[in-house]
Amino acid sequence: MLALAESRNGELRKVAFEAVTAARQATDAAGGGEVHAMLFGAPGISSRAEALGKYGADRVTVVEHPALGRYNPEVFTATTAGQLESGSYRAAFFSASAEGRDLAPRVAARLGVSLASDVTAFEFQSESVIVRHPAYTGKVIVTLRLTGTPALLSLRPGAITPSEQSGSAKVEMAAPAIDPASARVTVTDVTATGSAKLDLGEATIVVSGGRGLRSAENFKLVEDLAEAFGNAAVGATRAVTDDGWRPATDQIGQTGRLVSPDLYIAIGISGAVQHLAGMRTARTIVAINKDKDAPIFKIADYGIVGDLFEIVPRLTEEIRKARER
Amino acid sequence: MEMRFSLAADKKTLDPGGLKYEMGDFDGYALEVGLQLVEKQGGEVVLISLGPDGSQETLRKGLAMGAARAVQLKAEQVPFDGFAIARALAAELAEGGYDLILFGRVATDTGNGTVGPMTAELLNLPCITSISQLEIAEGRGTARRELEGSAETMRFTLPAVLTIDEGIARPRLASLKGIMAAKKKPLEVRPAQLGEARLVVESMALPPDRPPGRIVGEGADAVPELLRVLQTEAKVL
Repeated sequence: MLALAESRNGELRKVAFEAVTAARQATDAAGGGEVHAMLFGAPGISSRAEALGKYGADRVTVVEHPALGRYNPEVFTATTAGQLESGSYRAAFFSASAEGRDLAPRVAARLGVSLASDVTAFEFQSESVIVRHPAYTGKVIVTLRLTGTPALLSLRPGAITPSEQSGSAKVEMAAPAIDPASARVTVTDVTATGSAKLDLGEATIVVSGGRGLRSAENFKLVEDLAEAFGNAAVGATRAVTDDGWRPATDQIGQTGRLVSPDLYIAIGISGAVQHLAGMRTARTIVAINKDKDAPIFKIADYGIVGDLFEIVPRLTEEIRKARER
Repeated sequence: MEMRFSLAADKKTLDPGGLKYEMGDFDGYALEVGLQLVEKQGGEVVLISLGPDGSQETLRKGLAMGAARAVQLKAEQVPFDGFAIARALAAELAEGGYDLILFGRVATDTGNGTVGPMTAELLNLPCITSISQLEIAEGRGTARRELEGSAETMRFTLPAVLTIDEGIARPRLASLKGIMAAKKKPLEVRPAQLGEARLVVESMALPPDRPPGRIVGEGADAVPELLRVLQTEAKVL
């Protein structure tokens, strides 16, 4: 099995541990075998490779190059496809992150195999893989049978819980399969977007705000709560991003990000279908809304009815206190 | 209004009763991008759709918006396997001589988002996915792509494949004149060269209802109780 280990700014991403964990679980369930990981990055990324061993990687192939500090579709595709062709891999695990959603289909087409994308659960059988995939904007769960070797899967971020073990990985270096300078698409500028320091797909807690906040300035309440948690990202509804209160990249919903955090806190969000499509797979959902009949309470595990401008600051304060203890 | 989803008796497909087929959200943005480019720079927009005869209605709608002609790659059912679709599209597109091939970022029904980049690979064309801004001039393009936490501006050469995210252009409404003109525009029908699908639906299910939640209280005084249940019941803190 092969797992694509994503990195950003010289650090492994949580989705990297998820992909390696998934490959380990699939390998163990099939009676054992080796898990290989691939890690791309700028020189120095190899120092992060060993950490993947703790999640079950036996070998990490590191592709270091000054031009690979950021995702490069053509180089990653050629190199990953080359790695899969060089061995008899049963399967390859990607993340359905922005990078993985771009890379996995390219690798699949390069190899002439099919891809199961945005997978939330999988089970390997002798000749095929059975996967679960939310479709129709999360309103239907489809069970699919994927055949062909290698079987390519991209995993919905957050669907697999990284599991640390006591392994260690052999690290080996490899060169990119094509010269990064030959790529037909070149990045000319990179700007930071999104107000959250932590990415929505990686955060274990997402605090999200809707129209009930009444103004862009009031999102400070949401940000403060996210900061109190320490490991939370800030999301928003489409109404809010359409109004420009938050950047479009913060939108959670049918046409925005699909997230599955451990805890999702919906603040001043009524619960439009378009929004629910992006967060209904969260493990625990909390809703704070003044309207006790708001649809969000139908899918929330816990709710508080009332004025968010009183409830949220209190919650922020209590979370701070709890974390100080 | 929320669409009621129910499954057909075979538990592999949706009950067609309550469904209405429409152009996907992102396909609408892609078409609008194409139409605006043609208005500025000349050329024509050709629509291609793979699907049953029901998709002709969608193609006519696109023709009414301003596309010049349309091709239906006929298939009784749209396979779930994005690679099967990409192969059929690549076979159609290979000889087309198109400067730009635009896709929606993801189909809102299957939620796969794989056909665009797969088609690009099969055609060996440069590809940028999920773009939210685009400029084309003199055989070169510049596109902006929103990532998680950052945005990249990229340059590419034509021909190229792009998949379109939302926010780039709001699809126009067809005018009455456009609707009349669309009836006379060419719509070719050809069989889709699908080949074998290797990702097939075993079953569909409606997501399990979440266990009924509860209101822990009203107002700020309910906050300690919320914290308690998050710690002791949900164990997320």
